[in-house]
Amino acid sequence: MISLTSPVETRAHSWPAWLKLSLLCAATIVLVANQNLAFQAAAFLGCLTLYALPGRTFFTVGVKALWGLWPFLILLVVWHLVIGDPSGGLLITLRLLTAVGLATLVTMTTRLSDMIAVAQWLLKPFARLGLNTRALELGIALVIRFTPTLADKGRQLGQAWQARARTKPRWRVILPFTVLAIDDAEQVAEAIRARGGLDPTSRI
Amino acid sequence: MERNLTLIALFAALIAALGLIPAFSLGFGVPITAQTLAIMLCGTVLGAKRGTLAVLLFLLLVAVGLPLLAGGRGGLGVFAGPTSGFLFGWPVAAFVTGLIVERWRSTNLTVVAIIASIIGGIIVLYAFGIVGMSIVLDRTLIEAAALVTAFIPGDIAKAVVAGILTAALYKARPQSVLSRADQV
Repeated sequence: MISLTSPVETRAHSWPAWLKLSLLCAATIVLVANQNLAFQAAAFLGCLTLYALPGRTFFTVGVKALWGLWPFLILLVVWHLVIGDPSGGLLITLRLLTAVGLATLVTMTTRLSDMIAVAQWLLKPFARLGLNTRALELGIALVIRFTPTLADKGRQLGQAWQARARTKPRWRVILPFTVLAIDDAEQVAEAIRARGGLDPTSRI
Repeated sequence: MERNLTLIALFAALIAALGLIPAFSLGFGVPITAQTLAIMLCGTVLGAKRGTLAVLLFLLLVAVGLPLLAGGRGGLGVFAGPTSGFLFGWPVAAFVTGLIVERWRSTNLTVVAIIASIIGGIIVLYAFGIVGMSIVLDRTLIEAAALVTAFIPGDIAKAVVAGILTAALYKARPQSVLSRADQV
């Protein structure tokens, strides 16, 4: 499965993931706490500069991710124009764009394996409380492996439906789809048990 | 143990798959995907604890950067956006939905699953979604609520579908409906 990490190598790709996540947390707190329009505008320009530094491809992908916010941005602008507070609307719009932009930037410059390593580190304290981190690791692998398989099975069910009916497949396809998923889950569970199960002392 | 894990993982994958397949848009007139239907199903089929774990596993993978949300969205950005409240509400919605199905056993499963999906998947979920939207967009709770009411009819339809599907699944694979499995 393709992650959202950018294939365009940037300097930030080599930075430790925990550092980028800590910086993101700090930046988001500052953005939320600050009510100054000039500061928010500068922060947004700074964010755009960070997107522009690695080149046009990286910038385009980043802007595309922000583009999804347009319905909310239009709503904010119209709302604040109606109530006669355009600068307030601009401030919230800029803050929203910068916060989402910086978070997306961290995702684009951090490899999936590095992110999972941070998640494992964060979950370490829970292991002492009884969380089976090995089960979690296997669960992550299973979801990554099964999402495309399930999506493919869903497509096949949709095609089979369309071969029989003129209408598009609707919610009725979801029942056989879910039964297929459950059967897969049962078979995979059996396969894992056959290979030694989740016992941490055995090999899978 | 292995069976619980694979069912949790497969339902997390199901949430993703239902977001990836546009053919499964429910088509009741409102442009909705089946992804929140999957959240309801996590609760009604897997029960409170395992349903919540499936949703948390899915959200973890979204947060680490996989494009699993409807429309190929994912990464940390979605947790800072206006609809982030809904994402934070997903595990709680699955938990409440599952808890109701687990505890309320005196009535027909279809009816219980529909009511549980409405309480968990709509009332609880929208409470989180509205609070999140009011914080991110700096609106009052009433203003934020007004922005999302258009989606409620679609979600009620999804709750009905979740109820019918849960009962049908219980007939087809009774042992796999973990919220009721001990009754078989």
